[in-house]
Amino acid sequence: MHEKNVNFVEAALKEYYFSNFELIHVPSRTSEREFGYQKFNSGMTRHLTIKNDKDLHFLLMTQVPSDVYCSNACYSFPNLPMSEKDWKEADLIFDIDAKDLKLECRKDHTCFKCNSCQSTNEQSTKCVKCNSDKFDIISVTCQNCISEAKKEVKKLIQILTEDLVINEEKIQVYFSGNEGFHVNITNSDYQILDSRERADLSDYIMFNGVMPETLGVSKQNNSKMSFPDIGERGWRGRAAKEIFGSKSKRPKIIQEILSGGYSAFQSRLEEMRHTIGVRIDPKVTMDVHRIFRLGGSINSKSGLSKILCKDLENFDPFSDACLLGDEKVEILANCPISFRLKNKKYGPYVDETISVPKHTAVYMICKGLADVAQ
Amino acid sequence: MLQLGIKELAKYPFLAETGDYLRDKGFNLEQLSDPDWKPVIEKAYGRIIVATTGQIYGGDVENPDLEILSFVIAIILLKSAGISTLNRRFSLAEARRAERYLEQGLNALQKDRTILENLKLKEESIQSSLKIVQDLFSVRVEMEDDRLKIHIADYLKRAAHFNEREWKLVNRRVESGYVYLSSHEIVRLVRKELDVYINSKIQSVNISFIPETFRERVGDLVLLAKKFSTVVIVSSDYPPCIKHAIEVLDRGENLPHSGRFMLATYLLAKGQTIEQIAPLFKNAPDYNERITKYQLEHIAGSSGKATKYSCPSCEKLKSENLCFAIPECDGIINPVQFGTRRKTNA
Repeated sequence: MHEKNVNFVEAALKEYYFSNFELIHVPSRTSEREFGYQKFNSGMTRHLTIKNDKDLHFLLMTQVPSDVYCSNACYSFPNLPMSEKDWKEADLIFDIDAKDLKLECRKDHTCFKCNSCQSTNEQSTKCVKCNSDKFDIISVTCQNCISEAKKEVKKLIQILTEDLVINEEKIQVYFSGNEGFHVNITNSDYQILDSRERADLSDYIMFNGVMPETLGVSKQNNSKMSFPDIGERGWRGRAAKEIFGSKSKRPKIIQEILSGGYSAFQSRLEEMRHTIGVRIDPKVTMDVHRIFRLGGSINSKSGLSKILCKDLENFDPFSDACLLGDEKVEILANCPISFRLKNKKYGPYVDETISVPKHTAVYMICKGLADVAQ
Repeated sequence: MLQLGIKELAKYPFLAETGDYLRDKGFNLEQLSDPDWKPVIEKAYGRIIVATTGQIYGGDVENPDLEILSFVIAIILLKSAGISTLNRRFSLAEARRAERYLEQGLNALQKDRTILENLKLKEESIQSSLKIVQDLFSVRVEMEDDRLKIHIADYLKRAAHFNEREWKLVNRRVESGYVYLSSHEIVRLVRKELDVYINSKIQSVNISFIPETFRERVGDLVLLAKKFSTVVIVSSDYPPCIKHAIEVLDRGENLPHSGRFMLATYLLAKGQTIEQIAPLFKNAPDYNERITKYQLEHIAGSSGKATKYSCPSCEKLKSENLCFAIPECDGIINPVQFGTRRKTNA
């Protein structure tokens, strides 16, 4: 990021942190956690320990990090190198990102920044200015992305509470600060699972790797008795609901499945991953050494806050997580796509100097869609 | 702590209580030098021989003293021979034997009391199975109607390390925090731990001297061990996941970080150098020669903390949508094993 942009965004972040200490806290078992942070145009500083909120706030004020992270794991020696930390256990974490949902709307709010001349393009074939074919993908989020991501969060919570019997009070849902949600579960029976075990749990949640036999279809000797009922608990019940729709249709559809054969049913199950499976990022869940964005901190990909969603249904990230100041700032915008923040629509802009609230200026600069005006 | 009767101890002679039993009976190594013990030594030797052939020693729990002593003497013979292959085979076979009894006990839980009486399965058999699974392996087996169930976390701790798809949690009956399993499946879950437990028991035994009457059979065991050797045939074909990754890069498409990591670790494991691997990434949309070289060196362990990374398992690659398994992949758990058929003559 250009230096003048860094100075402007850092000032905005410092002001935010100074006036919002009540939003940013160290997690439980603080002394067993590893902390880390990043500054703009700089690498990651990690393997840090922080004692309490006061030390955390001091770090925010003195370092003005672009991003702040804390481990989901607890260690005996969190500040030592990874191989010497002595891993004890880790909170279960889930990442649901609108980018992974492959929604139709994405093409309407995605553009491409040329790696050579930095100009923004609507297409990723060839740069209109310099003919280069190497681009960074830039996307903003729309209301549809958020509502689809919320649906995934609700599906996830249903599985966590019903199948895994995790108490709802232990489940915290955060807006990630960019294009999705983070779900964090502390102090559950699943804390002790290692990476591979979490990978299998992820597959369960994603309805990944399900065999036709699990739902009553085998290569030979099929029996109608082994098909699931809509009233069953767990995946059998959810899959039955998806496949049969209603009880009355069950016999007819079983007949169709049996005549369709094993392979056809297997393909059907593969497709069902995208409808009834929860589209989490399994790499996040299976990583037991990750340092994960700290709640209340700003996400430097957007300038929005990672913030706890107490009422997911009515949560609007474009207002509720947009917490930087609203005094007017002049920026040079190069933004072929449009977006909304705090109920106001912005863009598209072509090399235009515009005056926008500070939160919008930071959002566009962080996204690479604008620069601070000279 | 377990409290078992002598018949139960004959089923599970590897338990710590065997030590108490020997003390109560007043057995010691000096006594075993007496030629009268020859038949028990032969039984112990036979127990090892059965184990080395991959079969399961049947035994006779109606004669519990002989069962327990032949197990103890088998361990003395093995310790005296000092060959780890034999120890491993013996502990595995003894684990399989114990599994049968554990399964019988758990199975009996599901039967009603009248059937139990007909089968002459005693309450003690049920309780010892439950307690062994719980005390040794911390798995609490519960009953619901006539179904056995264990906690999901206990299940994942074990089953997630199996490779067969039917063990994936998604292919299990999961309800309200529990996984429902048959007695056979529960015992299968703790098989490895049982084997490790028995092996660790053998390791921990210290023998002060070898009685004269043991020497001949110890010699036989050393000769027997020489028969075990392994031949590995390697083919040079790439597995489909690696072929796919190379094709994606060839087309100039973006291969995710996890895919690049898989490709690099695989090729390094197959003996390729960083200089040979780096050009493969040239077509990547975000190719940077310096960064590619740095990352390859890091993965190879030639820079940074000298940690050499291994190729991810097939299971992990499946989770990352990088697996494109073909029938030839059957039986492997890591791409580096592709094309390798392990053949043993033992």
